This record gives sequence, C-alpha cells and structure tokens, in this order.
Amino acid sequence: MNPSPEAIAVAVIFVVVIAAYALFGGADFGGGIWDLLAGGSERGATPRDLIDESITPVWEANHVWLVFVLVLLWTAFPPAFAAIMTALFVPLSISALGIVLRGVGFAFRHTARRLRMQQFTGATFAASSLITPFFLGTVVGAVVTGQVPVHPAGNVLAAWTSPTAILTGFLFVAACAYISAVYLVLEARQRGHPDLVRYFSLRATAAGLITGALAAGTFTELSSSAPRVFDRLTGIALPLVAISIAAGMAVLGMLLLRWYHALILRAAAAIAVATVVWGWGLAQYPYLLPTSLSLEAGSAPTASLVAEFIVTGLAVLLVAPGFALLYLLQQRHLLAAAETDVDLRLAAELEQPIPGRGVPAPAPAGTAATAFVLAVLAVRAIRDALSRSRRR
Amino acid sequence: MGAVAHVLAVNPVPARSQMGSSLGFHIILACFGVAFAAVTMIAEWIGIKRGDAAALLLARRWSKVMAVLVAVGAVSGTVLSYEMGLLWPGLMGRFGEAIGVPFSFEGIFFFLEAIFVGVYLYGWRRLSPWAHWWSGMPIVVAGILGALSVVAANSWMNSPAGYTLRHGKITSVDPVSVFFNAATPYETAHMVLAAYMVTGFLIAGVYAVGLLRGRRDRYHRLGFAIPFTLAGIAAPLQVMMGDIIARFVAQNQPVKFAAMEYVARTGDNVPEWVGGILINGKVYLGAAIPSFDSILVGFNPHTRVIGWDSVPPDQRPPLPTLIHLSFDLMVGIGFFLLALAAWQGWWWWFHRRLLVTPWFLVPSALSGVAAVTAMEAGWVVTEVGRQPWIVYRVLLVGNAVTSAGGVTVTLGAILVLYAILTVVSIGVPMIMSRRWRRESPADEEAEQVPYGPSPASAPDAGARARAALPRSSSGGPGAR
Repeated sequence: MNPSPEAIAVAVIFVVVIAAYALFGGADFGGGIWDLLAGGSERGATPRDLIDESITPVWEANHVWLVFVLVLLWTAFPPAFAAIMTALFVPLSISALGIVLRGVGFAFRHTARRLRMQQFTGATFAASSLITPFFLGTVVGAVVTGQVPVHPAGNVLAAWTSPTAILTGFLFVAACAYISAVYLVLEARQRGHPDLVRYFSLRATAAGLITGALAAGTFTELSSSAPRVFDRLTGIALPLVAISIAAGMAVLGMLLLRWYHALILRAAAAIAVATVVWGWGLAQYPYLLPTSLSLEAGSAPTASLVAEFIVTGLAVLLVAPGFALLYLLQQRHLLAAAETDVDLRLAAELEQPIPGRGVPAPAPAGTAATAFVLAVLAVRAIRDALSRSRRR
Repeated sequence: MGAVAHVLAVNPVPARSQMGSSLGFHIILACFGVAFAAVTMIAEWIGIKRGDAAALLLARRWSKVMAVLVAVGAVSGTVLSYEMGLLWPGLMGRFGEAIGVPFSFEGIFFFLEAIFVGVYLYGWRRLSPWAHWWSGMPIVVAGILGALSVVAANSWMNSPAGYTLRHGKITSVDPVSVFFNAATPYETAHMVLAAYMVTGFLIAGVYAVGLLRGRRDRYHRLGFAIPFTLAGIAAPLQVMMGDIIARFVAQNQPVKFAAMEYVARTGDNVPEWVGGILINGKVYLGAAIPSFDSILVGFNPHTRVIGWDSVPPDQRPPLPTLIHLSFDLMVGIGFFLLALAAWQGWWWWFHRRLLVTPWFLVPSALSGVAAVTAMEAGWVVTEVGRQPWIVYRVLLVGNAVTSAGGVTVTLGAILVLYAILTVVSIGVPMIMSRRWRRESPADEEAEQVPYGPSPASAPDAGARARAALPRSSSGGPGAR
C-alpha cells in the first residue's frame, strides 16, 4: 500500500518548513556562534553589534517556525512524534533548555547596561546557540539511522550517541555558522562595514569548508549505519545532493572572487542548505522512522491532514502579506528603531497638546468604533471623567 | 501493548508538576499577549484624538514593555509545545491528530502577533498616527483568536468530541467539532476575560503605586484609569460568565463539579460550602449554606446535584480540598475585583473624577496580583478537577505520561529557568521604568527592545533628539 496523496503533500510541507527553520532559525543560531567566537569584549564589539542588529528583527519569527515543525509533526504524524519525543527525551530537553536560555539572554542583553551583566547575558545567548542546533542535529541523526523504535520503552541513549548522530550534531552547528556568516557578509556590506565584510567572508569560507567536510563524513558514515537512506541519497536523491554541492561551491567561489551579489549569494547559500534537508526527506521516504514506521502507517486521518492544508493556506494568505508589509515598511524606512520621547515628555509635563499631532475634535468615533466597540466605550468614559475633572 | 503496560507503571507526578509550573508561568505572559495591545491602543487613541501627550507617552512606553513580555512569552510558549510531546507522548501519539488541529491554527496567530508587534513598536516615528494605530489592531485580533485556539485544545481535553475511535486508534477526525467542542465557548470567553482582567489590573496596579507615592499628574492618572477601566468592564462580565460556566461544568463534568463544591452524595437540597477542609469525608472549618448549591445549579432547592459517589474512587479527582479552596479563592477574588471596579464606577458616576483615596488605591495596587491568583486558582480547578483523566473519560493521565526517565531532572531545571524568566519579565520593565524616571530623556533612544526590525534606518533619530534637547548627554542607536 502506498501513502495517500494527502499524507505525501503534508510530508512535503513538513520538509519545506524544516528547511525554512534551518535557513532562518539556523542563521540565528549561527549568529550566536559567531558571537561566542568573536573574542574579548573590545575586540569583538563591532562584529557583535552587526550580529545583534541583524538577528533582532527575525529571532522571534524563527521560534514560530520551530513551533510549526512541532505542531505539524504531532498533528499529521502523531505516532512518530510520540516515539521521537520519548526515545530522544534527553537531547530534546537540552535543546528546549537552550531555547529558553537564548531568549533570556537576548531579552536581558538589550536592557543590561553594565558590562558585566552584558557579558553574562551575552555568554548565555551565545552558548545556548551552540547547544540547541547540536542536540537537534543528534535528534535528526538518530531518526535517520533508524534508531528510534515505534514504541520506545523509555530513553534510547544509544540512538543519539551513535557516531552518525554526533556527526550530524556537529554538521548542524557548522551549517548554522556557515549560513549565518554568508548572511552577515551581505549585512556588513549593506551597512557599509568593509572590514566586517572581510571578517565574515573569511569565516564563511572556513565554515563552508568545515561544513562540507562534516557533510562528507556523515555521508560515508550513513553507508554503514543507514544503508537504505544511503542508497536513496546516492540514487533518487542524488540530483538534490549534487545541487547542494554545486551551490556550496558557487558560494565559496563568490566569496573568493569577492563577488558579493546580494541575491545570488544569499540564494546559493540557502539552496546549499535547503537541498540537503529536502534530500534527507526524499531519502527517508516512505518512512517516518526508517524502517519501522511508514508514512502510510503513521499518518493522521485525512481530515486532520486537510486541516493542516488549511492552516498552511491561511499562513500563506495572512502571514506572508504580514511579512511583506513588515519588509516594505522597513525598506521605505518607515520603521525607525529608536524613538525619542523628548517631545512627548516635554509636552506631557507642560500638559500641552503637541502641534501637528491630531486636533482635539468632537468627532464621533467613526470607523474605529465599529471595529472596537468596547474600547471606545471605555475611552469615552475616561475622556469624560478626565475632562470634567480638569475643568474644576 | 507491552509499552502500554510499561507506561502504566510510570508515576505521572513529576510530569504533572512540570507541566503545571510551565503552564502556570506561561499563562501570565499569555495574558499580556492577549490584552496588552488593547490597553496600549486605547491610550494611543486618546492621545491622537485629543492631542494628549501624556496618553501618547503612555502608549509608547507600554509598547516597549509589551515587546519584552511578548518575547519572553514566545520562549515559554515554545517550551510548552516541546512539553506536550516530551511529557505526554501517550496523549499526542494517540490523539495528536485531533488535539493538534486547534494548536496548528494558533501557530498562524502567533506569527501575526510577532509581525505586527514589530510594526507597531517600530512604526511610532514615521507612520502617520492613524496608520500606526491600525497597525496595532492585528495584535488585538490575533491575541483573541490565538487564545481561542489554544484554549479550544484544553476544552477538547475536558469535553472531547469530533473523532472516531476504533480499537484504541483514531480512524477519522472532524476538525470543526474538535475545535468547537461543547466546552470551547465557555472556556475561551472565561480565559479572554481573565486575560483582560489580569493585564488591566496589573498595569493599573503599577500606576496606583505611583499615585499613592504622590505622583498625581495626568500621566499617572491616565496610566491608572485606562487599564483599570478595561479590567473593570471585564470584571462583572467575568462574574456572570463564571456563574454560567459553573452550571455547565455541573452538567458536563459532574465529578469535577462535585469536587469543587464538596458534593459527596448525589441528591437534592445540596448545601453550598464556603471554605472548609475535607478530612476523612467530613468538612471542617467551613460554612454550609443549606440547599444553596442546588439553587445555584438549577434555581431550585430540589435540583439534583451529582456527587462523586457516582463514579468509583479511582476515577475521582485527587485533592478535593485543593480544588474546592481554589474554586472559592477564585470566586472570592472575582467578587473583590468586581466590588473594586463598582466602587470606582460609582464614584465616577456621581463625581465625574477619579477616586484617588488611599482606601481605594491600596487594594487597587494589589488588584493585579489578586487577578493573577484568581486565574491560577481557576486553572488549578479545571486541571486538577479533570484528574485522573487527561482526556475526560477517554484517556488516563497515567497512560499518557512519558516512559522516559529524567523528568525529575527536567522539572528541577524548569523551576530554576522559570525563576530566571520571572526575574527577567518583572526586572526588565522595572529597569526601564526607573530609567524613564531618572535619566535624561534623550537616553531613551538608546533603549533597545529584543524585537522588531533592525535599527538600520535610525541614524537621524539621535540627531533629532539632540536637536530637540541640547543638553542630551549620550545616545545613538547601538550605544550601550
């Protein structure tokens, strides 16, 4: 029996979402890794600032990619989710702790002003950027090698401590550092920091070579630890592997020739990473857990899969325009980060309306009211109360 | 099936404690995610309409605090998604296709909220006032719809529907019935109102302290009045809603209701216990109002109320004393907050000004903590009251818990981490507010929030600030 077309379609969506998380979330983790390796607080100040500026806009949305990965997995393929979460309890817990620490470090880092505190929160942020991708990598390695049983009786330590799993963990870390360094080269260029362009170009090249070496190592390891996946990787998924290698080479070439074309460089780096994820998905087909749980046996009923299509469709309809708006506003420089409140503070202290910012008019609530009736009622109540109290 | 037998032997208490503490922490931040944008937008609306600088300043500062709280909430929410699988693989593996549906929709609203918090936070300067105001609207809508989606998943556990089970495996799912199960309208309305009360009373409490310290300017009065009004409108609705929900629970989950009200035996003329501790089947230190529970359930003293004797002991919720006292605490605080809102409303009605006597402000300063306590107590009632079931009358908690070892370790780690997160989410806004009060206004431009688009386009912000205020000492984007 073959899996239903709905199951295959959701599996494709799932692999695409994982690739998105690898590209966007991975770049954030990579930023943390470069932050960690940037050296002392004086020497590392400029690269750290650049990393900080480029991660700030996106780190939040990248959490949502991860949430989508989890939710898709548990809704569309519940038995696989339950098995993975049980057998790989330890690495998954550590990666979750890493995510919390990263958020804490990031949130506090921007408020902390004393150097000590900044160093501490910065270190928390950076270290957790290393921990999370590594352990997520071991999880993927454990799944690929078929070490996750359908009904695990508890933790399966051997699954994620196998050489393949550990290698995959390192591969994830290197890939994050690589994709992030490439993006940072372009960020530095956009912001006009030639020294940082060289700085991250060098690191992107190094990370690219290390990632390639680790990928080759994992690949050869797979031939013995997961022969079926290896066969498909060298068979049906070979074109994807070839594209990945070609894209990776292209990125290296562009970096060496200093041809920093924003779109092409970014796309090539993204393709190099995304095709590996897709190749993995294709190589594992038709198994969710090779070779004990097939896609056909592990899929949710059709209605749940259709619900996931609707969710994906809604995401494309609602979230994509939202992002488009965000980027449009940013490109037109309508979003300015730092807002000074001087004008308002002065005006508030003098209790004077500021010129040009709206005229006190007795106009009826109008369109706003229909959208937000409760709020308008409350506002009117407060307005009346305060205007009367002021008149006295 | 060997795995199931193994799972049965596993003790679910550490897993329950971890889930309870994670949820109990996250739910407070989730309240801000649901309701903070509305509070901020009302302030901005007043500011734009009246050209009121104090209101605009409040809105701008609130948006910064909102960004921090939403960011921490995003992290703790991600952890919860992990925990659904790490702690309850037996639930997700068997019922993931059903309970996952509402969760999937939540993802979209989570995304939308994240995007528009970014736009709202960074759009203050260059967007036109009304365009900026409208950019906040998606946060309000996504907050409410996100709450609807997540609470629908919890409602489904209390009132499972929309699936067909054959040989213990789900064979078909009706996503609409899963999402809109019998408990969804009650639980979601209760939670959204709770979110508005918690957020409103907590923010109002901050400014009540300021008013008590003698800062009676317009800034502080507005800062108190806006969130207090919103929470004050929610309070009576919440009390009414709570009454309706209690009757629904008596119908839908009679054993939970029996534990809430100490109904040991099914019968009529059931008394209403206020307070009291249950020891060996007898209630001590409590006051019983004769027949009142029957009246509350069916408006008639002869209404039959189902007691916990209707199910065998192993299907009754543990700790009835905890459930009953939590319920009483929630109801008591609900009425206290209602009285507080009514007092201010009465004063305003007859005097047309804000009541600022310490007799009112001291309890108001504590109203936020009280609202949080009530909400946590309410979650204790609904979650402990559902025990020993994880899916009511379908799946036992003991059959859902993970067989993986190490939950006690992760429980310890989670407790430590959430203590840190609590410090962050209280500490960061406190540091911000101290800075706002003490430092030169121009320093505020250096304020960075862990959120939103990059400050690349802001080099002239510093210049503008310095032009506006020549004595400005330092600043500029990226200045630390």
